[in-house]
Amino acid sequence: MKTWIAFWNILKKDVRNYYLKPPNISWGIIFPLSWTLMQMLRSYGGVNLAEIRNLLPGLISMSVLFGTTSMLAVTITFERRGRSFERLLLAPISLSAMVAAKLSGAILFGIFNAFVPVIFAAFFVDLAGINWGAVLLAVFLIAVTSTLLGLMIAVSAKEVFEAQTFSNFFRFPMLFLCGLFIPISSLPVFLRPLSFLLPLTYGTDLLNRWILGASMMSPALSIVILLGFAAALFALCQYNIQRKWIL
Amino acid sequence: MNTQEIVTVTNLTKRYGDFTAVDNISFSIRRGEIVGLLGPNGAGKTTTINMMIGLARPSAGSIFINGLDVVKNPKKAQAVIGIVPDESNLYGEMDGFDNLCFCGALYGMTKAAREKRARELLDQFDLTKAGKRPFRAYSKGMRRKLTIAAGIIHEPEILFLDEPTTGIDVESARQIRRLLLDLKGRGTTIFITTHYIEEAERVCDRIAFIVDGRIVARGTVSELMESITHGHTLRLAVDTDLTPFVEKLQARFGDCGVELQSSNAITLTCKERIPLSPILQYLDGMGVSVFEVRELRPTLEDVFVKITGIEAARLRKEKEKGGLGR
Repeated sequence: MKTWIAFWNILKKDVRNYYLKPPNISWGIIFPLSWTLMQMLRSYGGVNLAEIRNLLPGLISMSVLFGTTSMLAVTITFERRGRSFERLLLAPISLSAMVAAKLSGAILFGIFNAFVPVIFAAFFVDLAGINWGAVLLAVFLIAVTSTLLGLMIAVSAKEVFEAQTFSNFFRFPMLFLCGLFIPISSLPVFLRPLSFLLPLTYGTDLLNRWILGASMMSPALSIVILLGFAAALFALCQYNIQRKWIL
Repeated sequence: MNTQEIVTVTNLTKRYGDFTAVDNISFSIRRGEIVGLLGPNGAGKTTTINMMIGLARPSAGSIFINGLDVVKNPKKAQAVIGIVPDESNLYGEMDGFDNLCFCGALYGMTKAAREKRARELLDQFDLTKAGKRPFRAYSKGMRRKLTIAAGIIHEPEILFLDEPTTGIDVESARQIRRLLLDLKGRGTTIFITTHYIEEAERVCDRIAFIVDGRIVARGTVSELMESITHGHTLRLAVDTDLTPFVEKLQARFGDCGVELQSSNAITLTCKERIPLSPILQYLDGMGVSVFEVRELRPTLEDVFVKITGIEAARLRKEKEKGGLGR
């Protein structure tokens, strides 16, 4: 019960202090919208509304990736600089519970970001027949793994600008390597193994299956791999936090 | 462990590579007392406190708080301690009341309990009016007070304070010292690190001096003072030039050392307490009127300087300039 009270209040504090701030809400809306429009214009030489559905898996993945990684890495680095993070480290709750609370805020923000292109698309194309429960599961798994990548960055960075730089170092290659806008089969052969080392590849593949009806792997396999990535990243983050934050 | 001891630190050491920040220190804190760790910047005060609260891992040694092994089980120990760090580290965006409630929630307090306690604390710390203002708009003194309030919202058995009055105005510092004594009166055990000698002298029951990671002296204020006092000294101020009388006084009071301080003031130092009337009668017989007699006792600052070789004024200036803390 005590852990739950602490968990809930850390989450609530993060949502109020960071995620519900106007700049972040506008980022969460404008960023996915601009990418949606840009992709539509770039891919089809003009606004082709019918093709928007094909762009959705990539846009959703990208929105989640950018939303989660930027926010978590920046908020944690910001709190560490102001030393308010020490309060969380010194609270009598397990490190896992505290980290899970911090992750939850970013995951929720990522999920919110994911549905901005969906809502936009819903105005122009028929999205009937999509299993939204399955899409939500895929979005959730992408959000979890991306947030954990953000946490890995936060553990390594000392300054906010470092966190942003590290985030971009990971995120931009992932846009091209994970099948968001360029199919993995179209990538040079030597780059393809790299794609399969990145969790976003499996998340995007799930979205491709449940939005477009086609995927490289079976959904069950992608889900298992994503859960494996999440567990491994969580363990790695815990280890790094113990090593770097408790000196 | 003595049942009266709430904290026991044994052979505590912290190394960063080749550098030893804390070097094999041992001490204990009894329930309900205020213990101060006094030392210059870089002496190892903050490293010691960080190890005691579970924010740093000792390289060697053990720490027990209320029977709980802090090294093996820091989270259990953290439930019974309150922490006031050297910087006011609450959330700038949140107001005072919400900050206190959030800190209460971290200790698992229910909404009703933490809100009630937050109101009580705001009242106790004279911050009720500022309760709805964002923390970032607080003055330094107010920030410090709210940070202390946050440290005790869950009514900890032992409170750790790292430099609680550094950089704040005199009135706020005085108020904080009163609050600490009030907390002690309510049974809270307090461990405080400070570089202000007079603060340690005013609030601490026992003091340890730490220099270069080692505890070089410890005891109550009077024990520490006795450690450098070798006898009792009286200072007499008179109306006449005493220069011609020094030898006579020395001959008359052979067991004491007589020293001329100025032309009309002398000191007499003896191993035993000095009876006053023979001296006064003797001087009166010589036509010398005594205006003032004062027993000279060393201050804690004298003790600190004597033991550590560090000038107290330098200690204060270093910290106020914002030197390296540890």
